[in-house]
Amino acid sequence: MNVRIPILKLRDCLIVSIQWELDDQTAIQFQEDLLKKLHETSARGVVIDLTSIDFIDSFIAKVLGDVISMSSLMGARVVITGIQPAVAITLIELGIRLEDVMTALDLENGLDKLQLELEG
Amino acid sequence: MSNQSSVEILTEWDIVAARQLGRNVAKELGFGTVDQARITTAISELARNIYLYAGQGKIEIQRVTEKGLNGIMIIATDNGPGIPDIRKVMEDGFSTSGGLGAGLPGVKRLMDDFRIDTNLGEGTDIRATKWLR
Repeated sequence: MNVRIPILKLRDCLIVSIQWELDDQTAIQFQEDLLKKLHETSARGVVIDLTSIDFIDSFIAKVLGDVISMSSLMGARVVITGIQPAVAITLIELGIRLEDVMTALDLENGLDKLQLELEG
Repeated sequence: MSNQSSVEILTEWDIVAARQLGRNVAKELGFGTVDQARITTAISELARNIYLYAGQGKIEIQRVTEKGLNGIMIIATDNGPGIPDIRKVMEDGFSTSGGLGAGLPGVKRLMDDFRIDTNLGEGTDIRATKWLR
């Protein structure tokens, strides 16, 4: 049941698409895998696409928030893309603020935003 | 599926099982995607509280009808230590587990009705209902 989330490299960015409901173990494993991959590839940006995710609880939000801070410590920028309306609504109602997190509507916008950020 | 309406919470995997059960029932009842997300998230938070604070307990999912409204009730019970200061845990931003679990105020906001009974040394019983409108 322990499946790993694939992390793809495109030029100087890593692209992650989370395609199924995250359990705790998979989420923690992903955190580690992403940081290792950043280290190996010297990527400067990461896009995490959440289009297929239909809910985020406080645990997954914390893992995401942490991985963004950790990536930033390693010198990489992270952009979160594809947050669905239902996810945005429940996160705010739940009282979770993902502050200072770069977001974009979809993967394409996310990559554009990241490129601008990395060039600027 | 409606015959299995509860999940024992013993491990992290049971949190996943509980929210899947809740989501399925919510879908069957005809809740829209936003309410399904609210219900699933509320179950996840309650199940995680049980796992973190009580060690073990149970999540029950019940279909309820009242005043002509159909709804879904999440019943989270445990025989854990109980909550010493309910007023405090119902304050936003209060969590004793190092930021894990957005806590009960969040669950209350996600659902329509929320009731908590807790006794020190005996356990906690939380009932949260969402009505289909």
